[in-house]
Amino acid sequence: MLFEAFRLAWLTVFRNKLRSFLTVLGIVIGVASVIAMVTVGQGSTAQVQSDVASLGSNLLMIRPGAGQRGPGGAANDAPPLTLQDAAALPEQVTSVVAAAPASAKSQTIVFGEMNHIVQVTGSDNTYFDIRGWTLAEGRLFNDSELRGGATACIIGTTTGKALFGDGDPVGSNIRIGKISCQIVGLLAERAASSFGQDENDTVVMPLRAFQRRISGKPDVQTIYLTVGDGVSTDTATADITTLMRERRKLAGDDADNFNIFDMKQISSMLTGITGVLTGLLSAVAAISLLVGGIGIMNIMLVSVTERTREIGIRMAVGATERQVLLQFLVEAVVLSLIGGVLGIAFGLLLGLGGSYALNIGFSPDWRIIVASFIFSAFVGVVFGFFPARRAARLDPIEALRHQ
Amino acid sequence: MIEVRGLTKRYGTEQSEVFALRGVDMVVNSGEFIAVMGPSGSGKSTIMNILGCLDTATSGEYRLFGTEVSGLDRDQRALLRRHFLGFIFQGFNLLPRTTALENVELPLIYQGIPVDERHERAIAALDKVGLADRANHTPSELSGGQQQRVAIARAMVTKPGLILADEPTGNLDSARSREIMEVMRDLNRSEGISILMVTHEPGMAEYADRIVTFVDGHIQSDRVKGLAHAV
Repeated sequence: MLFEAFRLAWLTVFRNKLRSFLTVLGIVIGVASVIAMVTVGQGSTAQVQSDVASLGSNLLMIRPGAGQRGPGGAANDAPPLTLQDAAALPEQVTSVVAAAPASAKSQTIVFGEMNHIVQVTGSDNTYFDIRGWTLAEGRLFNDSELRGGATACIIGTTTGKALFGDGDPVGSNIRIGKISCQIVGLLAERAASSFGQDENDTVVMPLRAFQRRISGKPDVQTIYLTVGDGVSTDTATADITTLMRERRKLAGDDADNFNIFDMKQISSMLTGITGVLTGLLSAVAAISLLVGGIGIMNIMLVSVTERTREIGIRMAVGATERQVLLQFLVEAVVLSLIGGVLGIAFGLLLGLGGSYALNIGFSPDWRIIVASFIFSAFVGVVFGFFPARRAARLDPIEALRHQ
Repeated sequence: MIEVRGLTKRYGTEQSEVFALRGVDMVVNSGEFIAVMGPSGSGKSTIMNILGCLDTATSGEYRLFGTEVSGLDRDQRALLRRHFLGFIFQGFNLLPRTTALENVELPLIYQGIPVDERHERAIAALDKVGLADRANHTPSELSGGQQQRVAIARAMVTKPGLILADEPTGNLDSARSREIMEVMRDLNRSEGISILMVTHEPGMAEYADRIVTFVDGHIQSDRVKGLAHAV
């Protein structure tokens, strides 16, 4: 009987192609929006996570400045970090594997006719390990460059292209601000980041040279740390805080005058934001599903009125209330499922287009597809029930007389 | 086969009640072809609806094939219609945009007959009314007489004990009407299906074996004809 009901519903839906299509349009739009939102949302979440992972695994950063909780909090008020801090951290905190002191400043770099503005970072060879950089060409800094503060530098691919086009930058001398600097290495290209900045646009030079020739200050702006595998960043953060408070001579009730950034926290924060946005947009899309459901109910009510005589005939030849109810309910479900399937196809297409436009990975989630399918069937049942019940409760004599 | 005792049907509220039937007693025997006549408002359509289990009496007893119908709920009456009754209407009442074959198959679908057997029986029924070659035509492609013959095929395809026909020739010209009556009488004779037919036209009533006349919700006369029309 159920098979018959589905066959019959399909025939009825197919006989009125245009009307059926218009009826399910609401569902199509609703499902398509949900699928597209979730697909793009999850794509960007995955992108954020891979961006954060590409910054270096188990990465922590320390910067001077008041805690985020306190008022005021201008970074300038806090004493700067020192090279000694960077040296002490891996020695005295067991969970810290490596530490790299770093400072950065935006500079204009020049080669021949070309010039380019870029963030120039001063650090040491550990920096590359911690940030997950590898060399495509050339070498890291040697000891004399690091100790003597020689002006050697290692650049990213974007910077290289900006100055040298397709030419090989390694070995050339470029001008950074007022100093001349030899390029000794080229970093391997990284996937584009969604943080809004191109990671490949970077120049790294020995910290000592940076301090003497570019910033003119012996400050360390940031210490990058790697925490050992299997160590929770929370434990590490607590240990680092204890050491740093001691080194910066903070009394028991003084607020921290430095911040420790945990990439995992940043990652989860960003993921949270995209999640909230996806949720909000999906909620708006869900309203469209509701409207689509009401559209189906409307047309089913019209259909029941139009087909009153048919219902009477069916009852006269022995259809029970339940069978008439089932017929109309199945018809509503078939309609909304067709809407659901069209919506899924359309939504995936939109999601693909959106992912392509935003330059993020296309990662359709089969769970949301299955959920959309089930939800459209559910919409059909909910909004088809009232018209179907009205059909089932018709008086056969009245129904047969209906013109 | 059918036995009604003291059947009444009252419409409206207690302040403004109208009696459509005022105590009808009637027996229909197996294999009878009965014409029900009477003026408008005499209660003949009401008795047809009650006998067809489409409507319920206000009071009285109705036994159909040994089952007491009064007191059955809608679904139980639907099952009685499905298995024991067939209907022919004045307005044919075929499903639009549906082929003759599918229309005839409809009652078999509700009986849960498998597809192959359904097809076979529906074709046989259409053949019986002389429309096997029109099986795939929709009602709009058929003449009135042909539509009514499809309706007859639909009514008999389940081999019911009783067919109720409500002015089956009301929308047809006299030549078509006689054709329909021939088919119905043949059905009655060869299949042994009892037929209860409401009609206004004495000429059509002549095809029946027995003529029951209703006036004001009573049976005024109940006349069994001789064997003159046999053969």
